[in-house]
This record gives sequence, structure tokens and C-alpha cells, in this order.
Amino acid sequence: MNQGAEERMSREREGAPASWEVFLRPRRGLAHQHVGSVRACDADTALLRARDLYTRRGEPLSLWVVRSDSVHTASPDERDPYFANALHKPYRYPQQFAPLTEKGPDGDHDH
Amino acid sequence: MSAQPAGAAAAGHGEPGPQESGPGEPLDRFEALVAAGEAVEPRDWMPDGYRRMMIRQIAQHAHSEIIGMQPEGAWLTRAPSLHRKSVLIAKVQDEAGHGLYLYSAAETLGVDRAELLDALHRGQQRASATFNHPALTWADTGTIAWLTDGAAVINQAPLCRTSYGPYARAMRRVCQEEAFHVRQGYDLMRALCEGTPEQKAMAQDAVNRWWLPAVALMFGPPDTEAGGADARTAALGAAVSRRAMAWGIKRHTNDELRGRFVDACVPQAERLGLTLPDPAIRWNEERGHYDFTPVDWDVYRQALGEETHWARQRIAHRLAAHEEGAWVREAAAAYAARAQAGEPPVAQAAGASGPGRTEERA
Repeated sequence: MNQGAEERMSREREGAPASWEVFLRPRRGLAHQHVGSVRACDADTALLRARDLYTRRGEPLSLWVVRSDSVHTASPDERDPYFANALHKPYRYPQQFAPLTEKGPDGDHDH
Repeated sequence: MSAQPAGAAAAGHGEPGPQESGPGEPLDRFEALVAAGEAVEPRDWMPDGYRRMMIRQIAQHAHSEIIGMQPEGAWLTRAPSLHRKSVLIAKVQDEAGHGLYLYSAAETLGVDRAELLDALHRGQQRASATFNHPALTWADTGTIAWLTDGAAVINQAPLCRTSYGPYARAMRRVCQEEAFHVRQGYDLMRALCEGTPEQKAMAQDAVNRWWLPAVALMFGPPDTEAGGADARTAALGAAVSRRAMAWGIKRHTNDELRGRFVDACVPQAERLGLTLPDPAIRWNEERGHYDFTPVDWDVYRQALGEETHWARQRIAHRLAAHEEGAWVREAAAAYAARAQAGEPPVAQAAGASGPGRTEERA
């Protein structure tokens, strides 16, 4: 595990509850979105705390909690090699190609 | 401030994972981000001074939210109707939530909320001194919500675009909820002002006591020559504000926001038929703003209420709540440990210890 996780574990030995990332589906038609984090000793408590903290208003539909040290990440500083797919392949975008109609790209989606 | 190296410190709890700053010129990249108005995110390299200023500001803000629960919280059991009581509970619960959003944002900078709370309890970090004043009457709850939350909205609206991403996101949630706080406070004041002469006098008395804390303390010390009565203090304040503005942490001077607050409050007070306790308040046609008494340093210091009974009381109350809650935290940890070890929760044991503790505490 990474240094952050080790650190968190040493904190837990001191009795601090684990950190959980909270994801909320704020309304129908939207994906779950990261809204913040809570501290809790177990998943049920994390869900209760997430409910009290992040769903006091609106029409929330669903909550996820994920232990922060279970989230594996790719760093923005590794952007060049790691996210090269997104940055260096212009041919993945439609505007790189000839439009379908004489109106140009704006006409593509006319029916 | 944590003693970790900057890279490891980025392994905050809100958005996990450490990252050493990569090759190239991290400071240039950081400054370019800020200059472009882009958000700085937890795993980005950032100058130590920026990290320290951010932690200090978010922590002070979080502490203010949870300490700010106390003056109004004291009136929960004495609200005059079930409706007002429900509203006040919702409002105080929001303040607790704001504290939690903000501690969560601070943790993305590599500090632990337990450290921050320790620092508050030990007096190394502070909450806003606004709350070092007592809420003496029911009208105080309305005045606090109308004036200090009203000041907070003006102060915090620009923070929704502050340069540190997690702080900006927390502030967007906070600001949405503050609008309810201010409105319900104003509504409460309106009810009192339309009531008996005694009720209206109670409203005026509360405004007399809370105006100065709101106008002086919610915006910080004077930081422009126009806003302060004392040039040295203003220069000191200006230096701090310039740094914070260069980093995109704040976007306006304290005095600019203070002026905005006065402009907003004067007509609101007029509609209630209340007088703001500053004889210098007068419309300035030329500037297009209200003039008011500049906050001078002595007045500011006096309003701070540091080392007063109420300043000590706020921390003592917070510390007592924390200590009295220790058994709940211990029980939750023990319950989780047992579940993790694969043992079923022991109903008998829980039953035996739960009520026993309650009786001891009763």
C-alpha cells in the first residue's frame, strides 16, 4: 500500500475512525457523484453519517460509501504518459473529419 | 500543520493517494493554474505557504461553524413554538454539517480533523470571535441568523470560486444552506417587530448587541486605508489580504465585503423598523454606498471578547461535549472491531453496557 494508507492505519491504531468517500446520486438520470467524505468505524455507520451530512435537502436517490484507502488512483502529474490516450489522439474527435452535410458539423445532428 | 513532506501530505482523506511533485517547475505550473482561475486539487504540488494559509483558513472556518452552534443551540429547548423549534434544530444541524464539510476539505491537505480539534481545544487555533458573545434573548437567535449568517453569505459567496477545489466545493454546499439561515432569521425578526412593543424592544436590543460583532468580526480586521481608522493595522491587514488574493484564496478585501454587508443590511433594517446602532450610517450619493463608522483597531479588539467568560465558556462546552462523547467513539470502534473479527454483535453485552452508561450519566 502507499504511504497515505500506512499513515491512515497508524492513525486508526490511535483510535481515529477510518475515512470513507461518499458518492450520491442526486436525482434520476445522473450518475453517482463524489460529494465528500465522512469518518466512521464501519460501513453502516459511514452510510448513516453520509445520509445525515449529504442528504438533508434535494431528492437524493442513492448513496455509496467506499473506504478512502480502497480507492486506487492515477495521478494528474503522470498525465503525459498515463493519460496520453486522452491528449494525443486527436483522431478520436468527430471534428477531425469531414462533416456529413453541407451545413458543416452543426448539420450532423439534424433529422 | 502536519510534519509530513509536501508530497505525502497530499494524501488527504477526501481524495486519497500521495504524489511527489513531478519533474519540471512545479511552482510555475501552480502559479499558471491559479492565474488561469483553475482549481488547485489535493494532489497538485502547492507552495508550503499556500498549504499553511489554506489549512489555517479552512480550520478557522470549520471551528467557527461548530462553535457557532452554541449561542443558538442554547435556545433550542426554549423556542416559542414547535415550528420555530424545528427550524432552529434544522439550522443548528446545518452548522454541524458545515463544520464536517470543512474538516473533510481540510483533511485533503494532509491534516487530521482530530489534530485540528485538539488545536481548537488547546487554544492554538480559534473560532470566529463573533461567537464569544452570549445569546441573551430569543431575539438573539433571529439576529444571529439575520446578521452574522447574512455577513457569512457575503463573505462566503466569493469563496465558492476560491482556488482550492475541495474548499470551493464545500463552500458551494454551505452557501446554498446559508440562504435558508438568513431568511428564517429575518422572518423571526419580522414576527417580533410586528408583535408587542416588548417584542420589538427585544429585537432592537439584540440588534444593538450583535451589530458590532457582525460588522467588525465576520469580515476580519480592516485591510484598506479607507476601511480602517489606523494606518498601521490597515497596512498589516492589507499585506495578508494581498497574499491571499495573489493565490486566489480570496477575491475581495475585508473592507470591500464589509461595505457590501452594510449596503445590504440598512434597507433590511428599515423594513423591520429597527435602527442599526451606528449613527454614522448615511447614504453617500457620490460613492453609491452607505457610509459607516470605520472599524478601528481598539473597537475591533474590544469586540473580540478574547479571554472573556464567554470565550472560555465556548471552548469548555465544546471540550466537555467531546470528552462526554468518548464512550460513544470507543463503543463504535469496539463494535466495528468485533464485526471485522467475524464475531456477531453481542446483543446481551450491548444491552448490558448501554443502559448502564445511561444511568450513570443521568
